[in-house]
Amino acid sequence: MITISNLIKYFHKGSVNEILALDGISLEVKDGDFITVIGSNGAGKSTLLNCIAGTYAIDSGSIKASGQDITVWPEYKRAKLIARVFQDPLLGTCASASIEQNLALAYKRGQKRGLAFGVKSRDRGFFRQELKQLGLGLEDRLLDTAGLLSGGQRQALTMLMATLIRPDILLLDEHVAALDPKTAHQVLELTREIVKQKKLTTLMVTHQMKHALQLGNRLMMLHRGKIILDVRDEEKGKLEVKDLLAKFYEVQGEELSNDKMLLA
Amino acid sequence: MTWYAVLGALEQGLVYGIMAVGVYLTFRILDFPDLTVDGSLPLGASITALALTSGINPFIALVLSIAGGFLAGMVTAILNTKLKVLHLLASILTMIALYSINIRIMDGPNVSLLAVDTVFDPLIELGIPGHLASTVVFIGVAALIVIGVVWFLYTELGMSILATGDNSQMITSQGVNTHTMIILGVGLSNALVALSGSLIAQNQGASDVNMGVGTIVAGLASVIVGETVLGDKTIPRAIIAVLAGSVIYRLAIAMALGLELGEFSVSPSDLNLITAILVVIALTAPTIKKKLKLS
Repeated sequence: MITISNLIKYFHKGSVNEILALDGISLEVKDGDFITVIGSNGAGKSTLLNCIAGTYAIDSGSIKASGQDITVWPEYKRAKLIARVFQDPLLGTCASASIEQNLALAYKRGQKRGLAFGVKSRDRGFFRQELKQLGLGLEDRLLDTAGLLSGGQRQALTMLMATLIRPDILLLDEHVAALDPKTAHQVLELTREIVKQKKLTTLMVTHQMKHALQLGNRLMMLHRGKIILDVRDEEKGKLEVKDLLAKFYEVQGEELSNDKMLLA
Repeated sequence: MTWYAVLGALEQGLVYGIMAVGVYLTFRILDFPDLTVDGSLPLGASITALALTSGINPFIALVLSIAGGFLAGMVTAILNTKLKVLHLLASILTMIALYSINIRIMDGPNVSLLAVDTVFDPLIELGIPGHLASTVVFIGVAALIVIGVVWFLYTELGMSILATGDNSQMITSQGVNTHTMIILGVGLSNALVALSGSLIAQNQGASDVNMGVGTIVAGLASVIVGETVLGDKTIPRAIIAVLAGSVIYRLAIAMALGLELGEFSVSPSDLNLITAILVVIALTAPTIKKKLKLS
């Protein structure tokens, strides 16, 4: 569970380039919620995820996760609770390490690391079995370095790594946006599968309204750092692409008329 | 080149190779260009000089040098991670500070170590001649270091350090504090460099505050020559390559020193220039090759 209250995040605060990226976001994510987050460029979707993960320090507000106030926790400490998959497939895996080393690194997420061998022989069977679920044949390539894999394979591996130990919260930041349509579909199906199987609390940012409607039980639309739409369950089920588009045009139209007023 | 010169190059190559493995840890594994080594090599020598002249067992002197080097590396890494000083600048600051510190430790710019016990004595007492004894010790220590470093890089901690240099965002989101990893990694690197400095001082019978000049360049040259000759496909291979690179580098220097072109002959003071040119060629070769292919 995540409780965000009145989160404010500026970029370049105090300079001429000051941007208010998140404008007082308050949000309650229930256990097991699978939220898809949409919004135009610069709406604050990725910033919101980065603030939850701790990559960005926030200007004010508070973030609670799993009953703990994590507002001032550094990013690495939040990793105990939070797992992530990034838009850039290269960010989620260590290119020079082998597949099994990557999995072993992820299998220790949020735990102390010592002088025991990184890859334990007793874990290899488990890694193989988990890789088999991906259906990419990676289970026979444990010793290949991750740098040899394609973007889609690396993203699938990252997805597996993020959920190898069950995270309290899974953050997906446009994780299929850099993939070709077929691979994107596969990784998305994998996402659906894993989230359902492990009953993960998930926030997924996407540019594709179709994906936002297909997946998850709750949908949020962000605009200029504010949540302008938040629907769940049955209500979300009734939503269609045209409804979302209408909402998009509604807020953008507002902007246009504001600009007109300025110019007049 | 005489056999004596070859043996000398092997000896030098192995003992400076320990330093080069340290440079490999920062330069290649952590992606942290670290000039601290120019100060931590004489730091190892200075600590050894103080310890040996105070009658401390030479093996304990090695341990003290390692600890000193680790601390020096930690200072650089803390300046960089916690205080946000650019890594290159942080290491230059530590290096400069070490110059004064080394003179304080030795109570002067140099100390002669001819009349004290060294780590080579046990072998010499067995009847092995002096120059062979040092080579045997260096082979032993270098082998231990290679095995130790390779083992370390396959542990949980070592893998986390590797990942820190490769993809810090990834390893952070796996719950690793990259600052701690950088402090540990740069510390270890300088511990090896100081160990190398301690052995060099015991071998040449003197410690000098200026003996560290050009350490980083020699280290880089060894790393790059090794990679070019042996490759860096796997970690064990890459680390053995660094050691081999160091030996090849010393052989090349020995050969260059014997070079004569009519009136002109290479003097030891030309070495830094030769090394710098060698490193520039090795570093830029891939880019130049690419450009030539494109045009």
